[in-house]
Amino acid sequence: MSIDLQTVKKIASLSRISVTDAEAEAMVPELNNILGWVEQLGEVDVTGVQPMTAVIPNHQRLRDDVVTDGDVRDKVLANAPQAEHGFFAVPKVIE
Amino acid sequence: MGELTDLTVAEIRDGFRAGDFSAREVAEGFNANVAAAKALNAFIVETPEKALAAADAADKARAAGEPLGALSGVPIGMKDLFCTEGTQTTAASHMLEGFVPTYESTVSGKLWSAGAGMLGKLNLDQFAMGSSNETSYFGNVISPWRRNDGGNAALAPGGSSGGSSSAISARLCPAATGTDTGGSIRQPAAFTGISGIKPTYGRCSRWGIVAFASSLDQAGPMARTVRDNAILLEVMSGFDPRDSTSLDLPVPQWEANLSSDLKGKTVGIPKEYRPDGLNAEISAMWDRGIEWLKDAGAQVVEVSLPHTKYALPTYYIIAPAEASSNLARYDGVRYGQRDLPDGAGLQDMYAATRAAGFGPEVKRRIMIGTYVLSAGFYDAYYTQAQKVRALIARDFELAFEKCDLLLTPTAPSAAFALGEKQADPLAMYLNDVFTVPASLAGLPAMAVPGGLDSAGLPIGLQVIGKALDEQTVLNASLAIEERAGFTARPDKWW
Repeated sequence: MSIDLQTVKKIASLSRISVTDAEAEAMVPELNNILGWVEQLGEVDVTGVQPMTAVIPNHQRLRDDVVTDGDVRDKVLANAPQAEHGFFAVPKVIE
Repeated sequence: MGELTDLTVAEIRDGFRAGDFSAREVAEGFNANVAAAKALNAFIVETPEKALAAADAADKARAAGEPLGALSGVPIGMKDLFCTEGTQTTAASHMLEGFVPTYESTVSGKLWSAGAGMLGKLNLDQFAMGSSNETSYFGNVISPWRRNDGGNAALAPGGSSGGSSSAISARLCPAATGTDTGGSIRQPAAFTGISGIKPTYGRCSRWGIVAFASSLDQAGPMARTVRDNAILLEVMSGFDPRDSTSLDLPVPQWEANLSSDLKGKTVGIPKEYRPDGLNAEISAMWDRGIEWLKDAGAQVVEVSLPHTKYALPTYYIIAPAEASSNLARYDGVRYGQRDLPDGAGLQDMYAATRAAGFGPEVKRRIMIGTYVLSAGFYDAYYTQAQKVRALIARDFELAFEKCDLLLTPTAPSAAFALGEKQADPLAMYLNDVFTVPASLAGLPAMAVPGGLDSAGLPIGLQVIGKALDEQTVLNASLAIEERAGFTARPDKWW
């Protein structure tokens, strides 16, 4: 299963990474090399094997349903590229 | 006594307590070494004032007869993947350049609470993705080691914890934190002639560590001796309700229980780790390691881990898949860089920000991960990889029915030169061939130096243990350390 230029551009778009045509073209053989190599997993007989979900058996804990944090708005916004009026600011989304 | 900066963590701790020297003298010594080693590029941010503040607090506590922490008087380096409150944390990326956390990671917080002081934030591969420290936005880390051929080729310190390994072997810090996703503590330790342990998955909290692949990421210590690793690991481990995969178990007294007597222990030698064409010096070192463990009283048996050859391809599906999900958070909205071209909308801003903020290897892994998780391919790649991962873990379980620990090489070669493998991502990935299987199975594993190869570079051994049995891993590593008598250190050129 090899991927072409269109597929690389689609993956880049799904990844929200803008790429130039030249960058996308360079990635075609690179990604094909890696994907071609990982495809050897297809030869492993996994009949009846459950996919791993937890590497060390551990139960999921429940905690009491109480507020444990909050009142840290300024800390949350401290590293925002653009914060206005106590909010994260982004380019206009709805005209 | 020679230089204070030649002392181990245990020696600093004990000497400080005994009043042989002040914590301030120790911190000043390491600060000076850090300041004089810019050529290694091991640190992204230096924090000599923090090291001095912790030292002064330790000196004051000692003078007042107050109880001292487990690491009082000991300055350390902190991999720049751990969020440190008030000190820039970048994961060696442009994306997080200028990010100053408003909170402290659990592991770093435990170390400061125990009295340790911070010498600075250590360079690494960008988002911990790499095996040579060549993907950092802040430049390559250089190993203090050089080949004995008279050449001055700059060698890789290993990765991703290459700032940590370079700094420790150059005596810029007595110990440092590392993180290990597929070998990022053990391979750099092997390349620089130091020790490092990746504990059982869940021992150290992941809270506040910049996430790469969450089902694999584990923090651990790096230092020059096994005892020092035990000391640090005890401080770093422990249950944390803020990490849903943190193990709710008491932390064993690893240091107090150190013993290099391996009578009654059986060491497994996995035959799949000795493929045709294995580097002859690595192979010979492994044989020496087997003899050392026999000498320490252990029985040795051959075991089989039949799915070993599939570990790397499994890892290079699972780790990128988890990375593509974890790194989705870097969107230019809440923290880090933002790239907003003129007239750009929200989607354009995301794409431009991520194009400018991530390096090539990070983009490559995000895209591989996105692809293997995308509609129509998820089962063929990701589900299949998780099934093979289960088989790899079962291989270890079956092997551990016959033995208590495994001995293997750590890396397939000694350190290579910077630039030597960078052109081919696959060749770089193969460096992790011996470290990745234990990561996939969540098992504790430790790198310990064994000697120098014919080029004068360190090569080491890896001890892999049963889940939660760090003690046996540490003890076997101690047995190797005592017999290897590894005292080589790089000649200072920097």
